Amino acid sequence: MQVGVIGAGVMGTGVAQNLVQTNHEVILIDTTTAILDQARSTIRQALRLQRMLEPKSDQPGIDDLLGRITFTTELAALSTVDFVIENAPEKWPIKEAIYREIDLICSAHCVFAANTSAISITRIASQTKRPAQVLGIHFMNPVPMKPVAEVIRGFHTSEETLGIAKKLLGAMGKEGIVVNDMPGFVSNRVLMLTINEAIYLVQDQVAPPEDIDKIFKSCFGHKMGPLETADLIGLDTILYSIDVLYESYNDSKYRPCPLLKKMVDAGLHGRKNGRGFYSYA
Amino acid sequence: METNKSKIRQFLSRFIHNHEINDDEDIFAAGFVNSLFAMQLVMFVEQEFGITVEDNDLDLDNFRSISAIAHLIERKSVPA
Repeated sequence: MQVGVIGAGVMGTGVAQNLVQTNHEVILIDTTTAILDQARSTIRQALRLQRMLEPKSDQPGIDDLLGRITFTTELAALSTVDFVIENAPEKWPIKEAIYREIDLICSAHCVFAANTSAISITRIASQTKRPAQVLGIHFMNPVPMKPVAEVIRGFHTSEETLGIAKKLLGAMGKEGIVVNDMPGFVSNRVLMLTINEAIYLVQDQVAPPEDIDKIFKSCFGHKMGPLETADLIGLDTILYSIDVLYESYNDSKYRPCPLLKKMVDAGLHGRKNGRGFYSYA
Repeated sequence: METNKSKIRQFLSRFIHNHEINDDEDIFAAGFVNSLFAMQLVMFVEQEFGITVEDNDLDLDNFRSISAIAHLIERKSVPA
């Protein structure tokens, strides 16, 4: 199967890498050649690292795997693909424009999967003339390492479309768990509230971050505590996700913790820039 | 060989503090660095010694110790 991957950031490169390692041809699209060059180098390093950790694997050579990816800035290249996985930024105007355009370019049988953790699948589908063939797949990072993805059924998504998506996920070595379309789906709706409440615990001086995380790890068997997870995802992303939930439900239980806002304003974005609830310098 | 070893030791000392690394010490088993560091090591070896680490050389065993890395460099530097 030939798969189009839109967006060559963290998620898009992970999806593309996962696809070529499972015998798929990929067309990887982003807006500039500079981003695509960076993506090529990121995927190459990730493939090399994996080879290093599993040197006895019978995977083809790294150059062969990279050769399965066509890097391009042209959405028109998607005219032949059977399946599109869109990983553009979580901003409505960007997504809206992409879906309107690919709906005209792609063949009639092509399925569109939005890789999103926040935006309504039903709303995305409404931008196309094929709402039955649009669904959400919320991949987890790092994509090649995670055995499960959340599959989101929009209002009009057909069973056939869900079947095609689950089959592709199966070929990628993943199980898809189908859930219905509501803001935050399952994972983010619970995770973001948990993280937000953990930040309130820090703000209210109930316990320091290390102890909060330790309680989750040692008492509940979580691999990471909520604040370590927040630092990994990025505090700016956490704030953005909670804001989206708040806007979507208009329910005060999703109000972002003032300490979170303050940290984001202060430039403490977590692991990616060296400091969040912990220091990574 | 000894010059290479001291260059490797110097690079590793930027990541492993307060410890004198023996030539044959397994830096991964000892927990000084994790497997993600392996890629930094590969890039350092390629750039510093002008060799290409090919697919078949991408084996943690080639990067476990200063001796192992020095052997790999020597092997890759010999004209075929």
